[in-house]
Amino acid sequence: MSGHNESILREPLITGQDITYAKITNDVLMPVENKPNRAWWIGFILSLCGATLWVVAVGYTFWFGIGAWGLNKTVGWAWDITGFVWWVGIGHAGTLISAVLLLFRQNWRNSINRSAEAMTIFAVICAATYVVSHMGRPWLAYWVLPLPNQFGSLWVNFNSPLVWDMFAISTYFSVSLLFWYTGLLPDIATIRDRATGVRRKIYSIFSFGWNGNVKTWQRFEAVSLILAGISTPLVLSVHTIVSMDFATSVIPGWHTTIFPPYFVAGAIFSGFAMVLTLLLVARKVLGLENYITMFHIESMNKIIILTGSIVGVAYITEFFIAWYSGSEYEQYAFINRSTGPYWWAYWMMMTCNVISPQLLWFKKIRTSIPATWILSIVVNIGMWFERFVIIVTSLHRDYIPSSWAMFYPTWVDISVFVGSIGVFFTLFLLFLRVLPSIAMAEVKMILKSASEQEKLKQIKEGHLDKEQVKEYIESLEKFDSVKQEEYAKI
Amino acid sequence: MSNIKYILGSFGDPDDLMHGIEQLQANNIKIHDVYTPMPIHGIEAKLGIKRSRLDILAFFCGITGTMSAFALIYLTSVVDWKHNIGGKPALALPDFIPIMFELTILFCAFSLVGAYYASTHLFPGRAPRVMDLRATDDRFIIAVDAQTNVDHGKIDGLLKDAGALEVKHNERKYISYE
Repeated sequence: MSGHNESILREPLITGQDITYAKITNDVLMPVENKPNRAWWIGFILSLCGATLWVVAVGYTFWFGIGAWGLNKTVGWAWDITGFVWWVGIGHAGTLISAVLLLFRQNWRNSINRSAEAMTIFAVICAATYVVSHMGRPWLAYWVLPLPNQFGSLWVNFNSPLVWDMFAISTYFSVSLLFWYTGLLPDIATIRDRATGVRRKIYSIFSFGWNGNVKTWQRFEAVSLILAGISTPLVLSVHTIVSMDFATSVIPGWHTTIFPPYFVAGAIFSGFAMVLTLLLVARKVLGLENYITMFHIESMNKIIILTGSIVGVAYITEFFIAWYSGSEYEQYAFINRSTGPYWWAYWMMMTCNVISPQLLWFKKIRTSIPATWILSIVVNIGMWFERFVIIVTSLHRDYIPSSWAMFYPTWVDISVFVGSIGVFFTLFLLFLRVLPSIAMAEVKMILKSASEQEKLKQIKEGHLDKEQVKEYIESLEKFDSVKQEEYAKI
Repeated sequence: MSNIKYILGSFGDPDDLMHGIEQLQANNIKIHDVYTPMPIHGIEAKLGIKRSRLDILAFFCGITGTMSAFALIYLTSVVDWKHNIGGKPALALPDFIPIMFELTILFCAFSLVGAYYASTHLFPGRAPRVMDLRATDDRFIIAVDAQTNVDHGKIDGLLKDAGALEVKHNERKYISYE
């Protein structure tokens, strides 16, 4: 029940002293119910320019074919698949936050899951556009579906990881969308009941007639738990299958059994970095510091250290196994990666993914907002280079030295990539305007147990262990949204 | 007979709401429904809401997905059109697992959510049946049918004693209709 007290040792998930249920609604709906501020417009116009660039570049690719890209007959996959894997990886954090953390009963997920899931959906949209545009003849995209012969091809090859990937990505996208939308229903109903006129009618349609009665809520929680339970293996399977696109081939540097866990860890790593990049700005601009607190930021940074270290171990293991396998092609592929013509990309990846995230071991750095924000961007640069290194360096040295080549991106390659970032941010900024960026109902659930005000009340009542209270007050020092003077006199 | 259809007790705190439910039940007053802005744990036991059977449905639909995927792959690449891939057997079961797994999840998720929407009457454009507009914001509402429970004064008293901030007598069931 909501009235149970939580241990004082746990850091608060909602800060501030005057938080009520009504205030949560008002704070979260502030950007939805009011006209956007200038920061939003600047961001939106910039993103829209990016999205326009994307339309131009993808249109150009469709018209002239993928010859418009810098590919050659040796390097037949480059920025397209790099971008695809990068975006799918970013998407994984949303599902991880909404599903895995729900299974583990991590209540801090409640205030970040909504925007992280939205990010998942937009990232998977960006990834899917790469899949379609790299096909060359996108109007025949339906050939990846298992359709019978009279459609012009044989049945698809069910032994192919690319076909598995089609099933994995489309399942992932549609299940994530269902999970996200079902979670949104109560919050859309909140907007509906506060709105008037046309807005009310629109939100009424999208709220599916939600009224928050007991049975609906009870079933809602059952459905969320089952969806979380099935999304957890789903998210692991998606990046496993993405990695199999490479691992089942016989290209040195791709043909390794370590790929699935290594890709999944990398995906979580980059996804959490992207969540931080977005939310650190959003919490400031939208004034949500009381709900997305330093505890949330620090927890995400801890996950980044963990997954970043797993990725680091994977890089080293890969190198070791290349030597230990005794296969000279494998050995060459790795020596060439780190010292060949693409050495700078390899060391960029190593620095951004393995070395710089280790800075987060320092508490000062992982609780500093500017440092965290910069590191989150560094991680995403590093993860983009990881995919580039895996894909291009393994391909550019072909079996015959006469066909060795380098990859040089054209303006179209660059525009598709930069444009996809524009598409992503355009969608995300629109989301912030029309839907609540924090799951209000879920935050209201923890107000009476995990908020700072409730804990302060308990301290004032004075039945708590003094040592524990001291530890709790010390833990509050890092919070930028806590008024420290409240605690000075205790 | 008065025109009042429903008596609503509007609470500002979930614990008071639970107390209100206990008070009404102790006095044998039947509660029509309770509307809250967030899920409240333990309330379904009090109101006698049965355990959801959606999990059973999800399981069987998931299994149907597994079977469908296997049937699709088997009938196409083993029966209908065998591919010769390096002389390997057409019935390559390990290769079928990823798609069987994905379709398990897909069928499970869609049928689960579909059944949830159907059983709680949620669909796009459905007219919201709302008794109090603040029930999705910051109030916890107990609704009592005023036609069958005639002693309105007693109900008001019980709700107020339990901590209701407001007691409303609604002449219309759903105020959300135009």
